[in-house]
Amino acid sequence: MAKFKAKKHNIAIDMTPMVDLAFLLITFFMLTVKFRAPEAVEVDLPSSIADTPLPAQDILVISVSRDGRIFFGVDSKHVRLSILEKVKERYGYEFSPEEVRLFSLLPEIGVPFEQLKSYLSYGEAERKIIDKTASIPVDSANNQLKQWILFARYSNPKIRIAIRADEEAPYPVIARIIETLKEQKVHRFNLITTLEAQPKS
Amino acid sequence: MAAEVGGDTGAAKKGKKKSKARRPKKRPRIDMTPMVDLGFLLLTFFVLTTTMSTPNTMPVVVPPKIQKEEEVEPPKIPEGKVITLLVGNKKVYYYTGIENPELHVTDFSKNGIRKVLLERRVEVEQRYGKDEMIVIIKMLEEAKYKDFVDILDEMSIIQQKKYALVDITPEEKSLVEEYKKSVQS
Repeated sequence: MAKFKAKKHNIAIDMTPMVDLAFLLITFFMLTVKFRAPEAVEVDLPSSIADTPLPAQDILVISVSRDGRIFFGVDSKHVRLSILEKVKERYGYEFSPEEVRLFSLLPEIGVPFEQLKSYLSYGEAERKIIDKTASIPVDSANNQLKQWILFARYSNPKIRIAIRADEEAPYPVIARIIETLKEQKVHRFNLITTLEAQPKS
Repeated sequence: MAAEVGGDTGAAKKGKKKSKARRPKKRPRIDMTPMVDLGFLLLTFFVLTTTMSTPNTMPVVVPPKIQKEEEVEPPKIPEGKVITLLVGNKKVYYYTGIENPELHVTDFSKNGIRKVLLERRVEVEQRYGKDEMIVIIKMLEEAKYKDFVDILDEMSIIQQKKYALVDITPEEKSLVEEYKKSVQS
């Protein structure tokens, strides 16, 4: 025990592989992550045990806010442009290239056709204010949601329809939407929900 | 640090051991800890955000609208097979059979509507055989969207295949109103 100089084990773990892996994963997640587009309406989804994931493409979403206002949205920019083309033809509105570009970027729209042009000419802040009270009319006399769906299905026949409604949305509004879908012979659609654990029997 | 010890001075002291003069290996060590910290922070962030934003869907199939011209006879269903649910706000009114409906009320809790449906199913199974129960769902105007999802969910939980979403009749509306009044008084 003359020399008791414990060898200084330099406990240096080589972190390089771990760091490599971590950064690999980061890049993977960064590239695959799809940030949700800012939605015009805030919706608290109800939960259900349904676990089929929502298809990422070819989807038409009808959103219903807590107070029963209806919004319409399609996922693809291409379809949006084609829908706007149909609106032009059908209602004879003229849109400037700037307005067309803006429309193609909006994930959801909730104004009647008559207000569409002025809505697109407003700035973002004003549009947000309008979104707080706007709704697509679905009365039997003036069912514009039907027109929107018609245009969307015309633009993309493969499109699938999903309802994204707030859990507190009044049922009569949902019934109107289902009625509108039935009128167009859409008997199969989806309700967007969040996952909840399956109860044990 | 290890590299410094093994440098010139060390070689002079222990000349016998290490005759060959070793080149001082100066390895610049970068402290990777902050980078790793940040890396993992980002990693957790992305992992959490990606898994959170996957909404699910519940498929719904509704019966086609009957055109007025074609006058379709409604299918005859034996009374004993049917249970009708009138769904209100967080409440389910139900009756069995078709004539002389006697209304009862329950809710969406564990021992609520699920128990009622399962009991009814056993009853129907004894008389008519398996999978013969028919559930008719009618939504009251006071119902919220959540109630709609809940009742459809209940159908998939008990794996009820035969159910139909039907418009409510004025008679049933008044039946519910009467029931509510009788409970209050």
